[in-house]
Amino acid sequence: MAPLILSRYTVVSALGKGLDETYRALRDRRSGLRPCDFEDVAIKTYIGRVEGLEDVPVGGPPSKGLAQFDCRNNRLALLGLQQDGFASAALEARERYGAHRVAVILGSSTSGILETEHAYRHRDPATGALPASYLTGHRYTHNMFSVAHFVRTYLGLRGPAMVISTACSSSAKAFATAARFIEAGFCDAAVVGGVDSLCQTILYGFASLELLACGPCRPCDEERDGLTLGESAGFALLEKSGRAGPPGAVALLGYGESSDGYHMSHPHPEGAGAIGAMQGALRRSGLQPGDIDYINLHGTATRANDGIEDKAVTSVFGPSTPCSSTKGWTGHTLGAAGITEAVIAALCLTRSFVPGTLNTTRVDSSLRSHVLLESQEQPVRRVLSNIFGFGGNNCSVILGLF
Amino acid sequence: MRVYVDGMGMLGPGLVGWEPSRLILAGDVGYHETPPPDPPASVLPPNERRRSSDCVRWAVHVAQEAIEQAETDPKTLATVFACSDGEMGILNQLCTTLAMSERVVSPTLFHQSVHNAAAGYWSIATRCQQSSTALSCYDWSFGSGLLEAAAYVCTEEKTVLLVAYDLPPPIPLYAARPLHGGYAVALVLTPHRSRRSVVQLDLALQVRASDTDTRMLDPALEALRCGNPAARALPLCSAIAKTHPAQVHLDYLEDQSIVIGVEPCRS
Repeated sequence: MAPLILSRYTVVSALGKGLDETYRALRDRRSGLRPCDFEDVAIKTYIGRVEGLEDVPVGGPPSKGLAQFDCRNNRLALLGLQQDGFASAALEARERYGAHRVAVILGSSTSGILETEHAYRHRDPATGALPASYLTGHRYTHNMFSVAHFVRTYLGLRGPAMVISTACSSSAKAFATAARFIEAGFCDAAVVGGVDSLCQTILYGFASLELLACGPCRPCDEERDGLTLGESAGFALLEKSGRAGPPGAVALLGYGESSDGYHMSHPHPEGAGAIGAMQGALRRSGLQPGDIDYINLHGTATRANDGIEDKAVTSVFGPSTPCSSTKGWTGHTLGAAGITEAVIAALCLTRSFVPGTLNTTRVDSSLRSHVLLESQEQPVRRVLSNIFGFGGNNCSVILGLF
Repeated sequence: MRVYVDGMGMLGPGLVGWEPSRLILAGDVGYHETPPPDPPASVLPPNERRRSSDCVRWAVHVAQEAIEQAETDPKTLATVFACSDGEMGILNQLCTTLAMSERVVSPTLFHQSVHNAAAGYWSIATRCQQSSTALSCYDWSFGSGLLEAAAYVCTEEKTVLLVAYDLPPPIPLYAARPLHGGYAVALVLTPHRSRRSVVQLDLALQVRASDTDTRMLDPALEALRCGNPAARALPLCSAIAKTHPAQVHLDYLEDQSIVIGVEPCRS
């Protein structure tokens, strides 16, 4: 494929707001994970919570119609749009291409379901009805399209829009759809990314599957005992290289998408889908396995994921390509993991380092891939990022310096 | 952007299967709005079917019908599943549980709650390892799905199964999203014309100047179209059902329009 430039990108997670805070936390090995203090959740686990979301409603003048979008997920989206000049860059793109020519393709797995959880606690005792304010706001908060609708409204964009919701792979797949839309001529540029925020559904849901670690997650560790949930919002402005490609810019070089066709919540035992996604990304970018300097693993720290991903990675890349999981810093931010780890990949490229694997002390001896525990300063030209999700939905993206 | 339709599946009130629906949508047979039976969705293994949600059964049932008509192997097809509201029945159960003092969530319910549940069940039932995308665009989810599927067909030169479905949520969520009927539609879209091709579609995205949506003539079908996001597909399906060329305008978001030229491949 012709490379597409990430002309601006940003992320907000438990590590902090924007590129600099994220980079510093990675460099200083400062985790964003803490003992679970989300609402009244009574689960012994850690979370990657973004500070202050409880206190900053989505507002603005009534004429803009933004207040109706107020919910934790859209607050997180707004915080993301405000970092690293992302909103200004999107507005410049709007001027350059026209509002109808800029798409909004975002990923989310649970949208604003937290609003529905709250509404169910306030049902009318006599009729069981949900609160009236919830009913009118549902479209703008919980409906799966909400976050793309909000971002599109906030930025005044009028191009194609959608929310991709394929569980954890959602915002990685947003890159693939945006690339197709640009190639198909449906738009000239796209705001891609994803937003997922903490809610009771995912905390109690993952607990029911017995997939939550008691402490901060330890990807690839011999003693790993599950994942840690987090929340994040990330965005990238994707454009053709002709109009936006200064040398040294970060570019999307390839993507690969696949399904396991195996089980809703267990990965394919041989990693068939994961292998297909990585090979697809290599094929599309015209690169060989040896051209990849670093692999950002899905690396959730569940027993099954890390073992099977290791099989898949070594079958495509052999045992020597450096790889690590950054989920010990951010937690697993589900539908926003794809954009979060794409932005981390961009930081690796522009700041010449590869992160290690935080919280992990001894790599599982059954793993054959080259798992880094310590960060390394080194030039990085191409990064492959893996994201695998429920439903057996897989996506790999390759980012590189243009 | 040109694609060919090789197979169709449909399920809705009074619209049970593509062949009978085709006659209704072509205007050859009158429309009577009657609730459809629970779809067999026989592609699902019995234990998966027993656990599946209504949404999943509706979606995979129309998918199966379209695949059979297109005489194609589902293993080879990328999929796009478009749905505005997802698994509202499951979410109702989860949120009810989470509002109780003992929040004992069922692991099966949790994995069924994802927006890509139907896409997942389909790929598992057919052992398909191709790309699978599940998306939402509120009332314009069918339009977004059509664009995503068409872009995939044309840029990847591969056949895509597009499925759109939305079912009315249970009480009390129904008050938040009072969808009309239940409706599901599937189209097998291919890059090349073959003996199986039913129609040729030429798609373009345009800025919408005014309200140009193609409507259904029958008031009951028009009510279904307006009341269910997946049923926004009805004017296109109606043009496919007829045997003469037509142009369909599909409103897309508040400001765009998908203009579709429909040309029959068989006389």
